[in-house]
Amino acid sequence: MSKRKAIVNTRACVACGCCMKVCPKNAITIPKGIHAEIDKERCVGCGKCAKECPASIITVEVAES
Amino acid sequence: MKQKKKWYDYLWIASLTYLILGFFNILFAWLGLLCFFIPLLIAVIKGNKAYCNKYCGRGQLFSLAGGRFGLSRKKDVPGWMKSPYFRYGFLIFFFTMFFQMLWNTYLVFAGTKNLGTAVTLLWTFRLPWHWAYHGTFFSDGVAQFAFGFYSVMLTSTVLGFVTMLLFKPRSWCVYCPMGTMTQLICKAKHKAASRKS
Ligand code: SF4
Ligand code: SF4
Repeated sequence: MSKRKAIVNTRACVACGCCMKVCPKNAITIPKGIHAEIDKERCVGCGKCAKECPASIITVEVAES
Repeated sequence: MKQKKKWYDYLWIASLTYLILGFFNILFAWLGLLCFFIPLLIAVIKGNKAYCNKYCGRGQLFSLAGGRFGLSRKKDVPGWMKSPYFRYGFLIFFFTMFFQMLWNTYLVFAGTKNLGTAVTLLWTFRLPWHWAYHGTFFSDGVAQFAFGFYSVMLTSTVLGFVTMLLFKPRSWCVYCPMGTMTQLICKAKHKAASRKS
């Protein structure tokens, strides 16, 4: 499991789903139409979602655990 | 690994066709009601934004033009544009203009006003559009609504196109009134659901 993970600023998320469409690992869902959620098990920290997000509210950070 | 293309990844063709048809016969503008009711129904019934997330052809069009064809600076949108004030403010403004358009349609239906064969861009500029009008079997109001609705669709496409060029391809999604509204519906719905349980 890679260390770097995508993190969504859920309060600023517009739930557009642009991130979901580009994630190569299908790690993103927007279950309630309110904000995106990242499946930390699947995310490989590639940063594609962060680049695509029109609101630029995803960061890829080293996960502490 | 790339995500496999689904049937709905081609809905941008429908959106593009819609815009083009409006140049030939304005009555096709009525079809745009689908982009209005489908997202709302999905939000109300299913409580999600599947329309934005999967089916929105306009979003796909912007991501193709801005992404694949590189028509975008790919810069961050300014902070104010993604603030709740602007998003909700734009939603209110958009619907105020929308109801004004409906009122105008009503006046033509009622016969108080004559049909205006123009498309109003950005709520300001009246573009002559008579070539796309070949009469209607129904009331003039039917045609008036088509002109009004096409004006809404063209205006939002132009705005979305400009912010695509300036910022990220799908910047429109940040302030799209339909997106903001469906998100609000989802918020309300899930709040009510969590209160019940
Ligand atoms: S960083 Fe990559 S793998 Fe992780 S959620 Fe974003 S797109 Fe998917
Ligand atoms: S692309 Fe950004 S704003 Fe859109 S759903 Fe994903 S995190 Fe939210």
